[in-house]
Amino acid sequence: MTTPDNLEKTGDNKPVGRDWGGALNASEAEPLAATQRHAPSQPSPKLYEARKQVHNKRIDGPFRRFKWAIMIVTLAIYYVTPWIRWDRGPYAPDQAVLIDLANRRFYMFDIEIWPHEFYFVAGLLIMAGIGLFLVTSAVGRAWCGYACPQTVWTDLFQHVDRFIDGDRNARMRLDKAPWTASKIARRGGKWTIYLLIAMVTGGAWILYFADAPTLFRDFFTLNADPVAYMTVAVLTGTTFWLGGFMREQVCIYMCPWPRIQGAMLDEKSLIVTYKDWRGEERGSLKKAKKNPAKYGDCIDCRECVSVCPTGIDIREGQQIGCITCGLCIDACDRIMKDVGRPRGLIDYATLDQCEAEAAGAPAQPAYKALLRPRTFIYFGVWAAIGAGLLFSLGTRTHTDLTVSPERNPPFMLMKDGSVRNAFTLRLRNMEARPRDMQVALVGLPEGSVMWTDRIGREAAAPTQTILVPADQTRIVRTYVSVPAGTTTDAFSFELTSLDEQRERDVEETIFTLPGAE
Amino acid sequence: MSDKTRIDEPTGTELVGHEWDGIEELNTPLPRWWLWTFYATIAWAAVYVVLYPAWPMVEKATDGVLGWSSRGELAEELSAADLARQSTFERIAATDITKLPADPELLGQAISGGASAFKQHCVQCHGAGAAGYEQFGYPNLNDDDWIWGGDLEAIQYTLTHGIRWEGSDETRLSYMPAFGEIFDQGQIDALVAHVKSLSGTGPGSAAGAELFETNCAACHNSSGSGDRIQGAPALNDAIWLYGDSEASIRQQIKAPRHGVMPGWSDKLDPVTIKMLAAYVHSRGGGEYAGEANDEVAPDLEADDVAAVSGSAENDNS
Repeated sequence: MTTPDNLEKTGDNKPVGRDWGGALNASEAEPLAATQRHAPSQPSPKLYEARKQVHNKRIDGPFRRFKWAIMIVTLAIYYVTPWIRWDRGPYAPDQAVLIDLANRRFYMFDIEIWPHEFYFVAGLLIMAGIGLFLVTSAVGRAWCGYACPQTVWTDLFQHVDRFIDGDRNARMRLDKAPWTASKIARRGGKWTIYLLIAMVTGGAWILYFADAPTLFRDFFTLNADPVAYMTVAVLTGTTFWLGGFMREQVCIYMCPWPRIQGAMLDEKSLIVTYKDWRGEERGSLKKAKKNPAKYGDCIDCRECVSVCPTGIDIREGQQIGCITCGLCIDACDRIMKDVGRPRGLIDYATLDQCEAEAAGAPAQPAYKALLRPRTFIYFGVWAAIGAGLLFSLGTRTHTDLTVSPERNPPFMLMKDGSVRNAFTLRLRNMEARPRDMQVALVGLPEGSVMWTDRIGREAAAPTQTILVPADQTRIVRTYVSVPAGTTTDAFSFELTSLDEQRERDVEETIFTLPGAE
Repeated sequence: MSDKTRIDEPTGTELVGHEWDGIEELNTPLPRWWLWTFYATIAWAAVYVVLYPAWPMVEKATDGVLGWSSRGELAEELSAADLARQSTFERIAATDITKLPADPELLGQAISGGASAFKQHCVQCHGAGAAGYEQFGYPNLNDDDWIWGGDLEAIQYTLTHGIRWEGSDETRLSYMPAFGEIFDQGQIDALVAHVKSLSGTGPGSAAGAELFETNCAACHNSSGSGDRIQGAPALNDAIWLYGDSEASIRQQIKAPRHGVMPGWSDKLDPVTIKMLAAYVHSRGGGEYAGEANDEVAPDLEADDVAAVSGSAENDNS
């Protein structure tokens, strides 16, 4: 097909593009002056607006192929990741990526995060946030256009539409057609496929939170936890609804990100633009042949509108509905090739560049938009946080001790006049094997001893060895006794792992003496 | 009102009529799906009102068709929790208290259960930290000084039958005679000096020692080590039920105070008493039966790895 099917039907179709206003090209908008009295002939403004169904047309081109690639990669990551195995020895799960909420552990390949190290997760979230700023600064709304799950799944569902009902025109016809048996069958089939995709989507999610093969088996033998079924049900429902029916309305009405991006974009941001100085005045090929001086490059074929997954008309300028997926660029480039005009009537460009080009400067390659201070600053901050996280990850010890003195009673006088304090020690062994750990008293006078609930007072000594199970925190109620007449009140517990690592942690605390409470 | 009819030309949307520095607000139509969502919430509310307690009446709200109430749910959860604890209770009931330390996991559960029962029944006198109140003679349960014995069995006995408690014929009973009318002031001073010297906190008194030997040693022992069988407190250690001041010792010789502890056999079931004994024993001063015969406490450390899987001993944070 070399000629777009509606190339010659210019003006026949009613505009299906949304009027999202907000056109930033000052030349187009005359804000207040452009208001007018509500003429009687105009329809009365509506309180509610029915959705205009988007039937985006199939298109092929570099951006479409890029979108396919991203879709395959992101979906593959999502579905495959929980199945990757990772050997961590006998005491830890062998799932490469596992968010073990029940045991409060987060595993990611060689990294294991404990709840007290949640700052790593917080750091990753901050990196994700600044990463979005970085991406926005560098390539505009690329996240919206290619990688956002809403975009990926909407794209997937639109492919299903195309597979079942045919391309744009067939779908539009079917939409208007009465509910015959064949339409019911088609709709039923389509919604069944939607539901299957949605169930697989919801189903894969839970695999991140438990051992995937076990949960997979339990799920189908009805042995899984009710939470698993509810999670799958909720995610199936939201995927079915948001991906199958809400689609671009999520981006336009629900998602805060387009609004945030709207605030972050500036005249140097890469956006998808229609080069109006080149395209206008729009006119069909026939008209342009008759009067070449009057008409621009845009032949008003509306291909850019037909292929748009959010149903907007990019020629109205930058707008919230534009997720910058570049499909209109693919469409326009093909038409321009067919009619023998240079490509790039619709293209990735910055507003600054557009202005320069309009004034006669040559078109710049898009990568030049990447090189600007804002992008470098974002990258610097983003990379610094990443480097900081990596550094603390590399230098963290897998041993930790926390000490909480027992406050009630603060001290205890014993028969022989010695004074006893009780402490709750938390010994963390973050290695996936049981380890002996030595706890020693530092800074207390000769004759001070410690024992625990399990090591009786008869075995009291200045140091004790405690076995901490693999990958666990052991809580040990510990008693420390100092001889009568002791005046030292500040001391520390020193934890040493009794293995080749000899990891140490020293925790300072206070010994409460009579009269000091 | 005339603003209502004004239309913003680029967008074709009507204007609200508010203007700030030349920027006007559009009256963008709400999407239809939002309206349906709104209707859905209304429908939800209608169903909810029928199913759940909703309309406030004079006494209480209308009962929902489902018969749900937050109190009912609480009662259900409580009985479910009781049911879950049942097997542990049965195991504790079937285990002799002296055998509890051999099962560290069960001991841990008994201590936890005892800790919560202690908060309910014991803190009024012994305090939240079980440290007692010296001014009232409520003993401290954390130390290693026991008037009636500090092994699990002895503590269980004290809990069951009480001390000087009318409710049990087997209660722990001891009375010290009042010496205020028997001795004169000088003799009492000498006795106080001698009693202080027993724990090495005073210079002592030869006259006091003589008086002690004839009048007190029968119960408190010549060395002042006391006698647990009779419930005579040790006088040679650092711990004093009513305080270690001379005034307090003098008062205790002249007109001894005799504290009463109720037995709990009529209020608490045997399992709770057993758990309370385990808790009190675990406070840091517990003894093991036959410790005096150099019988060693059970080797608990050997069972550690099994024990730490019990929730009372371990968390994952």
